[in-house]
Amino acid sequence: MTAAIEVTGATVRYGEVLALDDVDLSVEPGRVCGLLGMNGSGKSTLFKTVLGLVPVDRGRVRLLGMGSGAARRKGLVGYVPQSEQVDWAFPVRVRDVVMMGRYGHMGRRRRPRPADREAVDHALARTDLTDLADRQIGALSGGQRKRAFVARAIAQEADVLLLDEPFAGVDRRSEATITDLLLQLRQTGHTLLVSTHDLAQVPVLCDEAVLLQQRVIAHGPPEEVLRPDVLLEAFGIHPSEERRSWTS
Amino acid sequence: MDVLMAVVEWFAVPMRFEFVQRALLVSVVAGVVCAVLSCWMTLVGWSLMGDAVSHAVLPGVVLSYMFGMPFALGALVFGGGSVALIGVVNRTSRVKEDAVIGVVFTAMFALGLVMISRVPSQTDLSHILFGNVLGVSDADILQVLILAAVVLAVVWYKHRDLTMYAFDPVHAHAIGVNPRLLETLLLGLLSVTVVVALQAVGIILVVAMVIIPGATAYLLTDRFERMLLISAAIAVVAAVAGVFTSFHLNVSTGGCIVLSQAVAFTLAYLFSPRQGLLWRGRAVRALRARGRGTRVLD
Repeated sequence: MTAAIEVTGATVRYGEVLALDDVDLSVEPGRVCGLLGMNGSGKSTLFKTVLGLVPVDRGRVRLLGMGSGAARRKGLVGYVPQSEQVDWAFPVRVRDVVMMGRYGHMGRRRRPRPADREAVDHALARTDLTDLADRQIGALSGGQRKRAFVARAIAQEADVLLLDEPFAGVDRRSEATITDLLLQLRQTGHTLLVSTHDLAQVPVLCDEAVLLQQRVIAHGPPEEVLRPDVLLEAFGIHPSEERRSWTS
Repeated sequence: MDVLMAVVEWFAVPMRFEFVQRALLVSVVAGVVCAVLSCWMTLVGWSLMGDAVSHAVLPGVVLSYMFGMPFALGALVFGGGSVALIGVVNRTSRVKEDAVIGVVFTAMFALGLVMISRVPSQTDLSHILFGNVLGVSDADILQVLILAAVVLAVVWYKHRDLTMYAFDPVHAHAIGVNPRLLETLLLGLLSVTVVVALQAVGIILVVAMVIIPGATAYLLTDRFERMLLISAAIAVVAAVAGVFTSFHLNVSTGGCIVLSQAVAFTLAYLFSPRQGLLWRGRAVRALRARGRGTRVLD
């Protein structure tokens, strides 16, 4: 079977700094892969590499059996940004943000057709945001904001979703809601790559986990990757300290 | 009745002069084009870029005068060239972008000043720097109308993409739309718009026209479409108020237009229903009086 996400031997340098060192990552369709690592471990760079935002010095990226650019142009790649990267005071409504997921399906002027409005309504319903659709995006709670961007990816009909820290700045209850939503997406055949500091959600959400520290240190079922000795070997930290050290 | 007559007179008397009618046309058209673009400038955070482009066009304008070409041509070449230069220096050196912008636009402006001392007629300098909307020629008006129409048409065609770029360029990239192209388009529109507005208020004050209306509208609404309309409306009112005030007081027209916009901004800053300083201050005081926190400011 063709892998949904396939990174082969990816090496990325920023000037002198080696951000990714010969990274191999293969995620089968319909699976949720957790991407774990400390700040500066290369998680963001790997995301950007998969998205084609940074060029690789060596190696290659294939998404659903095609090049990253081709997959993007077909609208197969959905991106859910980190909270800090979003201007929450921007004058757009939740509905407008979700509609931006449809732009790849529209003509050059991006005029929404009935099918686009239906897709947006459907995505809003699926993320339980229908009643909040006309709010300004910043007038949502942390968890609702995340769901709005997931709704954008649903409206886009993306098959591969990249979620950058979906649990950051979200309370416990919303965490569970988001996890449920993501698990539903897995059931409908979506492939998810989720970077997170929140180790508690990993066994619940992820089919597999990748531990990154410039290189892939471990890749396997969450219970194996999160074993204390693996974490200790990788980072020299004890699991009891993990929450504090990882959420810096 | 007397008051009403006085108001009518205040507007009617200047309108008997053809130069006032022409000034009004140019100011309103330039104001609207700038106002529309200013919404994206405000949201992308390109105020300094607006300042840079407007100053950097000076050598182009001088060259155009020297060779008798329409001065939009030279302005566009130098406006676009400066933006490209800023991008190149920014990417290939460790100097931060705001410093690069500062270096490039002041250097271009200085080059323009040096060149202008070689141009015979010195009166043109003050026209270029401070605008000469009361003395615009037919050719100038034609140029303003054509460029304004071009900018508005492109914006109308591409406004959703530009807003997507301003909100989330990574998403644009993720769905196969090149954010670099949209950025270039927006910078190109900025260059053309600056040329349009030069006629009304001159190089020095152009940056006000591409910032203030958008920033004011941003204080008044959470909807982008409304922001465009409010911004344009502010620009029209400011253009009319500015032209008539300058006629009656016999003072700088460009100055009056920009001052009118600044008054609009100040009013929005103080009295905007949701963002206004006064209401927010009152809400905070009320909450404090009830012993609650200041979360209303979040």
